[in-house]
Amino acid sequence: MFSSSYLVALGGGALIGLAATIVWLGLGRIAGIAGVWGGLLQAGTADRAWRLAFVAGMLAAGVAASMVEATSITRSPAPLAVVAIAGLLVGYGTRMGNGCTRGHGVCGLSRLSRRSLAAVMTFMITGGITVAIVRVAGGWS
Amino acid sequence: MKAAVVAFFAGAVFAVGLVLAGMTQPTKVIGFLDIGGAWDPTLAFVMAGAIAAHIGGLWLTSRRTTPLFASAFVLPKRTDLDAQLLLGAGVFGVGWGLAGYCPGPALVSLGSGADSALVFVVAATAGMLIQHVTVRAAVSP
Repeated sequence: MFSSSYLVALGGGALIGLAATIVWLGLGRIAGIAGVWGGLLQAGTADRAWRLAFVAGMLAAGVAASMVEATSITRSPAPLAVVAIAGLLVGYGTRMGNGCTRGHGVCGLSRLSRRSLAAVMTFMITGGITVAIVRVAGGWS
Repeated sequence: MKAAVVAFFAGAVFAVGLVLAGMTQPTKVIGFLDIGGAWDPTLAFVMAGAIAAHIGGLWLTSRRTTPLFASAFVLPKRTDLDAQLLLGAGVFGVGWGLAGYCPGPALVSLGSGADSALVFVVAATAGMLIQHVTVRAAVSP
């Protein structure tokens, strides 16, 4: 029952938590990705440099990962038009709700934030309902 | 400069964690949200690993009064639940369930050259900008 893929997932999660700790200890910030990304888009954000560097580190690792193991990064099963709509919703929603899976789900929950717990429960429910509707309607393939 | 190096390193660690965790495979993410279907619980282990590591990291660093490469720790002060938070999180969840991407994994996936990642990142950027513009319009009519 307990397969090694769960252990790899735990390890991957631990690295995600470690990265959040590095940003906190080094820069004193909560590095939600929607916040890092959205901050780059707003004029007059003082701390552009570390945000850009953080995203550059993510991209570099993404390039490296896809070279080492091509199957580790796959495309979305949804048609591109749906992906575009999904992107609009995620971009709008994360800025409106002040956070994403990482900001609320990892950083916020680790700090026992009430707002983050409410946000996580909300997006798990709407995400679950969305996936269920797509499945019942026949899926993307 | 030191802050940028730390941020680049943290971004890379975060991305490697996401890839190991399977978060850069949208089909897997959708499987996690599909509780009523063929549920894939792997991502629960990712969340557990991330939160455990971050709580541990926060505990180890809790005696520090300032971060290493910045002047102060910056934390969100709000603790109240408002409609914006829940509505934003809800909208985010729908987008997350549709395509299987949240902001971090989408940025990392750009490194693989996947077309769906590019479409998602462009659309999410547009969504964030639309949110900024509509909020500014509402604040100063």
